[in-house]
Amino acid sequence: MEQYALEMRNITKTFPGVKALDNVNLQVKPHQIHALVGENGAGKSTLMNVLSGVYPHGSYEGDIVIDGQVCAFKNIKESEAKGIAIIHQELALIPQLSIAENVFLGNEQTDFGPVISWDKTRIKTMEMMKKVGLHESIDTRINDLGMGKQQLVEIIKALAKDVKLLILDEPTAALNDDDSKHLLELLFELKQQGITSIIISHKLNEVTKVADAITILRDGKTIETLIKGVDEITEARIIKGMVGRELVDRFPKRSHAIGEICFEVKNWSAYDSKDESKLVLKNISINTRRGEVVGIAGLMGAGRTEFAMSVFGKSFGKRIEGTIIKDGKEIHIKNVKDAIRHGIAYTTEDRKSAGLILIDNIKRNISLTAFHKISKGIVIDENKEIKAAEDFREKLRIKSPSILQRTGNLSGGNQQKVVFSKWIFSDPDVLILDEPTRGIDVGAKYEIYSVINDLTAAGKTIIMISSELPEILGMCDRVYVMNEGRIVGELNVEEASQENIMHCIMQSNQEGYNE
Amino acid sequence: MNKKGSFLKGNIRQYVMVIALAVVIILFQFLTHGVLLKPLNISNLISQNAYILILAVGMLLCILTGGNVDLSVGSVAGFVGAISATMMLKMNIPIFPTIVVSLILGFLIGCWQGFWIAYVGVPAFIATLAGMLIFRGLTLVVLKGTSLAPLPAGYTFMASGFLPEIGKMGNLNILAIAVGIIASILYVLKELNDRKNKRKYGFEVSSYKTFVPQVLGILLIINAFTYSLASYKGIPMVLVIVIVLVLIYSFITMKTIPGRHIYAYGGNMKAAQLSGVNTKRVMFWVYANMGLLAALAGVIFTGRLNSATPKSGVNFELDAIAACFIGGASTSGGVGTVVGAMVGGLLMGVLNNGMSIMGISIDWQQAIKGFVLLGAVAFDVYSKSKSK
Repeated sequence: MEQYALEMRNITKTFPGVKALDNVNLQVKPHQIHALVGENGAGKSTLMNVLSGVYPHGSYEGDIVIDGQVCAFKNIKESEAKGIAIIHQELALIPQLSIAENVFLGNEQTDFGPVISWDKTRIKTMEMMKKVGLHESIDTRINDLGMGKQQLVEIIKALAKDVKLLILDEPTAALNDDDSKHLLELLFELKQQGITSIIISHKLNEVTKVADAITILRDGKTIETLIKGVDEITEARIIKGMVGRELVDRFPKRSHAIGEICFEVKNWSAYDSKDESKLVLKNISINTRRGEVVGIAGLMGAGRTEFAMSVFGKSFGKRIEGTIIKDGKEIHIKNVKDAIRHGIAYTTEDRKSAGLILIDNIKRNISLTAFHKISKGIVIDENKEIKAAEDFREKLRIKSPSILQRTGNLSGGNQQKVVFSKWIFSDPDVLILDEPTRGIDVGAKYEIYSVINDLTAAGKTIIMISSELPEILGMCDRVYVMNEGRIVGELNVEEASQENIMHCIMQSNQEGYNE
Repeated sequence: MNKKGSFLKGNIRQYVMVIALAVVIILFQFLTHGVLLKPLNISNLISQNAYILILAVGMLLCILTGGNVDLSVGSVAGFVGAISATMMLKMNIPIFPTIVVSLILGFLIGCWQGFWIAYVGVPAFIATLAGMLIFRGLTLVVLKGTSLAPLPAGYTFMASGFLPEIGKMGNLNILAIAVGIIASILYVLKELNDRKNKRKYGFEVSSYKTFVPQVLGILLIINAFTYSLASYKGIPMVLVIVIVLVLIYSFITMKTIPGRHIYAYGGNMKAAQLSGVNTKRVMFWVYANMGLLAALAGVIFTGRLNSATPKSGVNFELDAIAACFIGGASTSGGVGTVVGAMVGGLLMGVLNNGMSIMGISIDWQQAIKGFVLLGAVAFDVYSKSKSK
């Protein structure tokens, strides 16, 4: 019989009212990269929480077998002792502390008693930083690191605990392509060194590339496990397993004419909000047409979000210059309120920290952008407000018991639908969507795309910022490529491809270098 | 059913505090052998606590913006009292202009603090701590370390006067009875109108089986209260002021756009900003308003004391803050109601008053209030962790 590094047998976990996991089986071979995929709510996180002892032994049914030994973890400490480390989507690092301090937090290196040995701490941290290819000073504060490097620090932290089984929850969700690639390469290296890893990911292209085996969960059940070399592994196959039906097209078709130019930004420049000597947006000019989806592609840090926010009521940047023309007339936007009044909407890339008021319910979130529609003077008509919110809940199919549900309790896809509702409620003509489907599962993405199509069908114009190139290529009519604060390419969808876009970026880097 | 469940859950804290208030009232009614709810004492209870309730209204708005407090309100109240006493006694300025100037002064002080907090970005805690020191110091400067007394009768009217009598019916003040009846009618009309509106939009309304007893209960409380006032000297002026403030600020916080902006600010500042809320302006006005209410509290407290003293207003801010948190406001902002803050303030007031009647010393009272605050917030934290 084959020995597994980890075997989870018939795991069943029930919460009051829901069966989150129903007889789930997971078998992970040693020294492999095992991917766990499924829609949001399929039970991936719950399964990993069972494994790591967040849900103690006894609160679930079934067995966890590690190296042939049945384990009963009462808490995280016990699973860590067995060499299991989990890296969550929200990183557990202290921003104000240095790399070394973070790496050994809770696992401090001591000489005697509770006295920390900084020498040991530093030497060990340095060794491991070399191992994972993190080239920074060990005294750098986490604050000053990009997301990619922070992720590496998390991995070092796990390595410091002598990890044997590394679990990564959406490790590349917030990373750009370069950082993602580096991280995945690192997983390969760790594999050579004998570390088994489980990755949870929505990015199927990465999964198909790196995983030795893929287990698909749906509605708390194991659907199937695909083994590299045995089964045919394609994205279509995985998606079919995840959603239970064949998604013929990941991007819904759009069939309507594109109108005249209705929104233009010309010669747009801005300096950094914090550092006024740093020019971050350099002479950007773009235009969009009625009923068109225009994409802005680029690497992380290209300045796309900064551009969007500076246009949206000067929410970013100092000394902003340039003109905005809407429907042939120049408009002046001093603040967000002006922007909304001129029919511009902006959905933030991070819906939790800047898009929604999580402690408020759906209704109060939706009405926030356009109180004037439901008020007499300054007095809000609550009944109209409820009516409006109910309409959106129905139209956008927000899944929740009522509009009085706290948005903090909704799933990512439904939260995004509330964000869309709130901005559609403000009656915009131009919608700037910043990473509209980040961290959302395939099914919900399709629904969001359908909403975008409905908007364009109604003659609105969409500017979509996305780091997922397939999404840009699948949804946009035209693509601007941005790099280091300037537009470095404009492609029609027919001529655009991942290679083309990357080519634009590389070429501009080259030019920048030659200058 | 589901809807009702979640509604109850969301408001449980407030209900619990109302129930706690009722329990405390009944308890002290028993312990004081019925003195607590004697008409005379009810009148006293109101005038003793009015200035804290007024401060709590303004403080709640500060807390809603994200757990920010205003530490200066006690000093501002003392300072405004000192200025108005000086104006009347030293400069012979008539009462009415004095009060107007006092309130404007408070408002300007609020604007001053709002400016530093909202537009310069000084943390509210620091800016108002500075204000606390500044205005306490200025109070001493104005009063030169002594007290000013007695004050003209017209000035103390707001604090300790009663609405004029329009006639007596036996021992009862007719105006108080009439106000009770009018308030009852207005309440019933409002409830019926709400139901009608809800129906118009096709929303569910509660059945008459629950609606009628609820309304009758409230009517009973209103009229028992006004009856008890009627059998003493009638309706105290401060009560009118407090009720008007509660109505105005409840309306602002619950039904108007500026109110929503305050909650949105406290719920998620960034999201509010990116939704078109002018967050700086919200912060500025919240503190400007606090200054105005602090001045009003100062005028009323000075009137009640019938003198302006260097020490008046000390620790008011702490009572007002405690009232808000006991009444269900969240330390991280975005959660809390004006009525809740009033319940919190009254709870502390009844505790104070009840214990005083029983002859428990001030020292113990202080300690017991501390336990109540700790218990209330601990309960809040606990019930939140449960609901997750």
